[in-house]
Amino acid sequence: MVRVDGGSNGQSLIRMRGVDKKYVRGSEELHVLQGLNLDVEQGDFVAFMGPSGSGKSTLLNLLGGLDTPSAGSILVGGEDITQLSARELTAWRARHVGFVFQMYNLIPVLTAQQNVELPLLLTKLSKSERRRHVEAALSLVGLPDRMSHYPGQLSGGQAQRTAIARAIVTDPSFLLCDEPTGDLDRKSAHEIMDLISDLSKEYGKTVLMVTHDPLAAEHADVVLHLDKGVLVEASRVGGP
Amino acid sequence: MKYFTILWANLRRKKLRTILTIGSFAVALFLFGILAVVRGAFSQGVDVAGADRLVIINKIAIIQPLPLSYQARILQIPGVKEVTFANWFGGYYQDERNFFANFAIDVDTWRSVYTEYVMPEEQWKAFAEDREGCVIGEGLAERFGWKIGDRIPMKGTIFTGTWEFNVRAIYKGKRLQDDVNSMWFQWKYFDERKEFQKGLIGWFTLRVKDPDEAVQVARTIDETFANSPYETKAETEKTFAASWVKQMGNIEFLILSIGSVVFFTLLLVTGNTMAIAVRERTRELAVLKAVGYSDVTLLLLILSESLIIAVLGGGVGLALAKAFTLRGDPTGGLLPFFFLQGNAIWTGLALALAIGAISGLAPAVSATRLRVVDALRRV
Repeated sequence: MVRVDGGSNGQSLIRMRGVDKKYVRGSEELHVLQGLNLDVEQGDFVAFMGPSGSGKSTLLNLLGGLDTPSAGSILVGGEDITQLSARELTAWRARHVGFVFQMYNLIPVLTAQQNVELPLLLTKLSKSERRRHVEAALSLVGLPDRMSHYPGQLSGGQAQRTAIARAIVTDPSFLLCDEPTGDLDRKSAHEIMDLISDLSKEYGKTVLMVTHDPLAAEHADVVLHLDKGVLVEASRVGGP
Repeated sequence: MKYFTILWANLRRKKLRTILTIGSFAVALFLFGILAVVRGAFSQGVDVAGADRLVIINKIAIIQPLPLSYQARILQIPGVKEVTFANWFGGYYQDERNFFANFAIDVDTWRSVYTEYVMPEEQWKAFAEDREGCVIGEGLAERFGWKIGDRIPMKGTIFTGTWEFNVRAIYKGKRLQDDVNSMWFQWKYFDERKEFQKGLIGWFTLRVKDPDEAVQVARTIDETFANSPYETKAETEKTFAASWVKQMGNIEFLILSIGSVVFFTLLLVTGNTMAIAVRERTRELAVLKAVGYSDVTLLLLILSESLIIAVLGGGVGLALAKAFTLRGDPTGGLLPFFFLQGNAIWTGLALALAIGAISGLAPAVSATRLRVVDALRRV
């Protein structure tokens, strides 16, 4: 169950406590996030919404270990990632986080299969094992017949599916999706959100998603609203 | 090896740019190879000079002769093992452009001093028995298509007239770098036929019993003939060869200067190319970091890319240089030892790798310093 009040929750996969993030620009200090608390359990699908500049992406970067907070702690599976060195954080990301970006961020000179294989190259899997994992991931996102296609030969929806396959191929602890439908037409966006919903509901993946799109947010179990650096629960879909 | 897919894909990303960069390396290393060949050709005499050999020339200049009678006196000097002599002929075959070294030698002593040249014993015997016989190097035989029994007319320049010789032997060098582009004939026949400098020879070459005593022996020889009409200048063969090279100018400095400029330019070109190539991929590098690629892995990936370009380009350049030298001396005899040696190839490859590493290092380090969050924000 997702909580933002800092209440105790022994089952949390992700636990943020008193997280602050400040940026200093010249003489000005920007307080982007202020004392955030968040508890997310395994299998939760959380959407973060809010106006531009509200700190959604900053929050996602902190959760993904791409940035460090100015204060507070972030525990993932009991491990405080704010205490990890940059090198440890990199290795931690490889094991625990699957990223899905708005612009897909596939490498244009690699085929879909090679793009999906990228995170697996960091593991000790053999070539044939890697291939099996890649085939499974691409089949899961509905692209088993696009293995040898380059990103330029894929539609926006297919490219984002490939990016999702890359995010899930290592079976990470949770997925971080930054505006996953922001660059897609309505139909493709709907298909992508169905896919992400399936990953959460059928495969028990924990998903944290930033979006501006209320229709996309509807797929989440919980929608949290960020405004002026403060997190509030906006709605709970089908919950108490 | 599992990262090869990424490396290969990146090399193929901008094919023209990759080909041009490889081409830059190829041109630079081709030039390096040719410079190394020229340097080797000039210093070959120095490199192959025998440590136990002394060369004795007229103190005034090498073109001034020495009396043959010195041979017996030199042999009596302590430490001297063998003495032979020769005389520069300076003739040419058909055309002056067909230049090659040709000189009269003492048949009785020549091989005891120059042991690095080999040929079938019966051929040498045939040469010794034919007053008009000559010995040619295998390089020369190949160049003019000469074979045993051929009669070669040589046009004399210093000793005028047409001199005809019968090819009686073809010699090889024991070492790859030994000169096989010379022609020798009998000094006795030469002395009988020439119209001046009778009983005089060009230079002596001797072997000492102990190479450590070579300098002392040389000093004794010069002292022996001091204040005579034909004063001598004795020096080790290596010193003699080195001073010969020096007469051509400071070849080493010239080659180093040209080489340095070429490689520095190559460094700037490839450094700039790699920097642009990496900058274009900022977002992709950020994604790789996001999914867990460490700084070291990224550093090695970028450096490997640069090194592959360097090895490919360097290899092509050196292979072309080698192929160029296989056609032999393009100067028509001025550089008989026109050969790209193995150590020059390895040095060239090492230089290419060093430039590849240096040019890839700065962009690779900047990639490791990339902040994922900042890089992903850029579009």
